[in-house]
Amino acid sequence: MHMADALVVPAVAATMYACSAVAGGFSVKKVRLESDPKKIPVMGIMGAFVFATQMINFSIPGTGSSGHLCGGMLLSALLGPYAGFLTMIGVLLIQCLLFADGGILALGCNIWNMAFYGCFVGALLIWKPMMKKGATKGKIIAASILGCVLTLQLGAFSVSLETLASGVTDLPFITFVSTMQPIHLAIGLVEGLITAAVLCFVHEARPELLWGIQDTKKKEGRFSFKTTMAILAVVAVLIGGGLSLVASANPDGLEWSMQKITGSTELESEGTVYDDAAKVQETTAVLPDYSFKGSDSVLGTSFSGIVGGLVVVAVCVGSCYAFKFFRKKKTA
Amino acid sequence: MSKLSKAIYEIHHMDTLANQNQWMNRIHPLVKFVLTVFYIGTVVSFPKYDMAGLAGMMVYPLVVFIIGDLSFLDSIYRLRIVLPLVCFVGLFNPFFDRVPVGTLGSFTITAGMISMVTLMLKGILTVLASYILIATTTIEKLCYALRLLHVPAFFVTQLMLTYRYVSVLLAEANRIMQAYSLRAPNQKGVHFKVWGSLTGQLLLRSMDRAGEVYESMCLRGYTGEYHFGDAIHARGKDYLYLLFWCCIFALFRLLPVLNLIGGLFVA
Repeated sequence: MHMADALVVPAVAATMYACSAVAGGFSVKKVRLESDPKKIPVMGIMGAFVFATQMINFSIPGTGSSGHLCGGMLLSALLGPYAGFLTMIGVLLIQCLLFADGGILALGCNIWNMAFYGCFVGALLIWKPMMKKGATKGKIIAASILGCVLTLQLGAFSVSLETLASGVTDLPFITFVSTMQPIHLAIGLVEGLITAAVLCFVHEARPELLWGIQDTKKKEGRFSFKTTMAILAVVAVLIGGGLSLVASANPDGLEWSMQKITGSTELESEGTVYDDAAKVQETTAVLPDYSFKGSDSVLGTSFSGIVGGLVVVAVCVGSCYAFKFFRKKKTA
Repeated sequence: MSKLSKAIYEIHHMDTLANQNQWMNRIHPLVKFVLTVFYIGTVVSFPKYDMAGLAGMMVYPLVVFIIGDLSFLDSIYRLRIVLPLVCFVGLFNPFFDRVPVGTLGSFTITAGMISMVTLMLKGILTVLASYILIATTTIEKLCYALRLLHVPAFFVTQLMLTYRYVSVLLAEANRIMQAYSLRAPNQKGVHFKVWGSLTGQLLLRSMDRAGEVYESMCLRGYTGEYHFGDAIHARGKDYLYLLFWCCIFALFRLLPVLNLIGGLFVA
């Protein structure tokens, strides 16, 4: 998609240079604000990495052809949109000077068509919102494919617009667009898959290298207090209230063993201590035998399950906080 | 030769050319950069049917290739990337613009044909101009010229690092691909099952290398800006060279020089 100098007139080239310069200036300002001196070597070497890997052919299964890596999306997923954009400018400049891939005058157009869309649109509108709540393999694949397809479509459309504005071709705009867009749709899909494969590998090996997910990554696997409580309450209600209805009427393991030995599931105890304890239990028990007092209804069984669950949750949470409190006190 | 090996060869070749002690190489980098931009701007500003006027602009590459001892074949090889898109855009012109503008024997020449040739000529001339620039100027000197144009130091340093490590990473990628092709013979490209791991390994190694590079830079006194050593001052003949060519380009752009010269011989 690199545009040659011959395809643009000076007015279009100057306009696109101005647009790209504004985006570049803004990116320089943003990266400077980060004041991370390590960023420059990382950007330089990542630029070289993209340059080198774009020379590797990735075979597309079942087609016999091959595809390449999508630099803009990969760089913005690793360095962020601003540093990624500046790195892409470097890559495009070297490609144009050393390999005549694109032109010096058309560099402004190429920066806009490939780096701007790839980094700003790809990172800020696709990658960042999708990775807001943490990254998963599925999300990375979806973001990479969507990002590459969308940014390449925008880039291809811009090429058509810039060529039309330059007036170098008699090819009708609609014909040009309808040729460019489907080709770049296929390219975008393949580049998206390759980018996704690389980013998934990085996510598995070194997830901290991915941009925009580092902070949320720390929180991954931990729910907030409110969420934990809500989930526990729902689970307790479901198990206690719902599943208790289908509880087995047969004796459990201990009862079964007792029945085998004594012929009854309950042991009869005699003595004043036992009688007094049983009286206290009868008075205090809200739901004797898992039912409302004086009733044997199904509702009572469900309610007892819910109450039991909530009490267990309260005891567990209370114990945990008590443990934390005493541990804190001990370390202090 | 693989694509990666070709790229490594091309970079080394361009480096060797740019480091030669030729007359052209000694011209101030900013002068050559400004002149190249001016030339390309002039070439693309020619109207789409002004093939004769554009042909006059061939004088610059013609002269510089001779005085700079540059290989014309090398520069033609560089056209392989640019020409396909230019041809794709230009090839349709004869079909859509069929207005006859002249005849060559029994063959009718249409305006579309003229605009197609003009477009291709523009493509060739602009590539030749950028080749002249890069074949006679090192990247370090070009970056120096960019600094003189007040391009942020931050960006220029990053650009230089990218260039410095392009050949290193190309060589590393080449080794990886060589090892892969030996283990997976008769396979075109990298199999999709190893797309991620093959490239990812190179990426992780590159990231680690970036950390090492930064530490080395710090140990050598890096404080945020690359120092180019002694300043390169433009001499009088550099300005003269720029002025001379700018006048020639303006002359060819504003006047039908080839027609006027031809008119002297054809009564």
